[in-house]
Amino acid sequence: MLIILGCNEPLTSERTALVAVASNFASTANKLVNVFEKETNYRIKLAIGSTGKHFAQIQNGAPYDAFLAADKERPKILEQTDLAQTDSRFTYAHGRLTLWSPQSDLVDSNGNILFSDMFKHLAIANPRLAPYGRAAEELLLQRGQWDDLKPRLVQGENIAQTLLFVDSGNAELGLVATAHVKDRDGSHWLVPEEMHNPIEQQAVLLTSHPAAHAFLEFLRTKRAQKIILTDGYSVP
Amino acid sequence: MNLQPEDWNALWITLKLAATSTIILIILGTPLAWWLSQTRFRGKFLIEAIVALPLVLPPTVLGFYLLVALGPNGPVGGFFKAIGGQPPVFSFEGLIIGSVIYSMPFVVQPLQDAFKSIGTRPLEVAATLRATPWDRFWFVAVPLARSGFVTAAVLGFAHTLGEFGVVLMIGGNIPGETQVVSIAIYDHVESLAYTQAHWVAGTLLAISFLLLVGVYAGNRKFRVWKP
Repeated sequence: MLIILGCNEPLTSERTALVAVASNFASTANKLVNVFEKETNYRIKLAIGSTGKHFAQIQNGAPYDAFLAADKERPKILEQTDLAQTDSRFTYAHGRLTLWSPQSDLVDSNGNILFSDMFKHLAIANPRLAPYGRAAEELLLQRGQWDDLKPRLVQGENIAQTLLFVDSGNAELGLVATAHVKDRDGSHWLVPEEMHNPIEQQAVLLTSHPAAHAFLEFLRTKRAQKIILTDGYSVP
Repeated sequence: MNLQPEDWNALWITLKLAATSTIILIILGTPLAWWLSQTRFRGKFLIEAIVALPLVLPPTVLGFYLLVALGPNGPVGGFFKAIGGQPPVFSFEGLIIGSVIYSMPFVVQPLQDAFKSIGTRPLEVAATLRATPWDRFWFVAVPLARSGFVTAAVLGFAHTLGEFGVVLMIGGNIPGETQVVSIAIYDHVESLAYTQAHWVAGTLLAISFLLLVGVYAGNRKFRVWKP
């Protein structure tokens, strides 16, 4: 079995932990793991996916040692149902929302483009499934634009797919994760955090694995928080 | 607890999509399958490989290519734009294009096999009776390949009914336009609304089963009637 999988060491061991991480945080998590592994004797393997799927897998016995979710609801349920280690839950990052278009002159610095007819499709993540989608909905509701824009909304299943809709030019602009578009060309409006409820991304420990424990501890350090900040999140 | 209006909407769109795609597939797939079954063209295997490609590609990959190709920067979407239309992404028409490509092998292959299994003899006999190629096709090949048509239509319909990855990519989840039932179920499951998911999935299951029973029962009856 392991030979078929192409690896000759077991999935997890004394030193190696398996951590499920939300797709929006994947590239940042990779950077964090690199630094963490240099500093310690531990190894971290990342399983990237949507928080909804990870959650269902954990409920059905998936062998993850820790879970970096895209929201706080699912880690909370895991804690309440004793699938997570008690008192291990904390917010490791706040997601930020950016209105982004690959066209360099489309998005203005106050997001007033949303009041115009200059676009046919606005991409957001599905508010029912994705925390970034819920934040986008809150923003549009708060600005009284939800009903006006509804016919022009297209919804991605998750925030990465939402980015794809915009990046491929199918939607002219979209409310996407700042972490995804911070370094991309085009035009940006970084949505002020007070315009929607915070996108709290929480982590929980699922087993008592020492490597996973050490990694979550590392996430709270100043060094880790600096990496998280630079990547377009805010930290609590 | 029962089905919400948007769930009925999603079911309706799905059935409409599957029916439309199946009709288009039969119209496009019949001449293609006939040609493939009759031709001595040396490059035939290339065409067969292209037709079978959607079987191999993961639906999300196919969906990704379609999203790029049908979008305003892609060749197809660009063409639509150039002639003053809208790129077909995020619309019901876009889903039809996607489904036709996605379900193509499920229609062409049974038809091709059915035409092939007729053999050359009935067609030759018809030719000696001065049937034109057109007559031979309509009055000999098509009736003899009837069960192939039933299989092709059922497979094309069923495969489109269960389509997910492609729609996820090119649909945009617009209620009443591109939100098909598989996506609606997925949304319910992912947002932990399991009861709702069960209701919709159960309804889809029942409808699909009844449709299949109807088709196969009809097909059997036909055979009995045959002189």
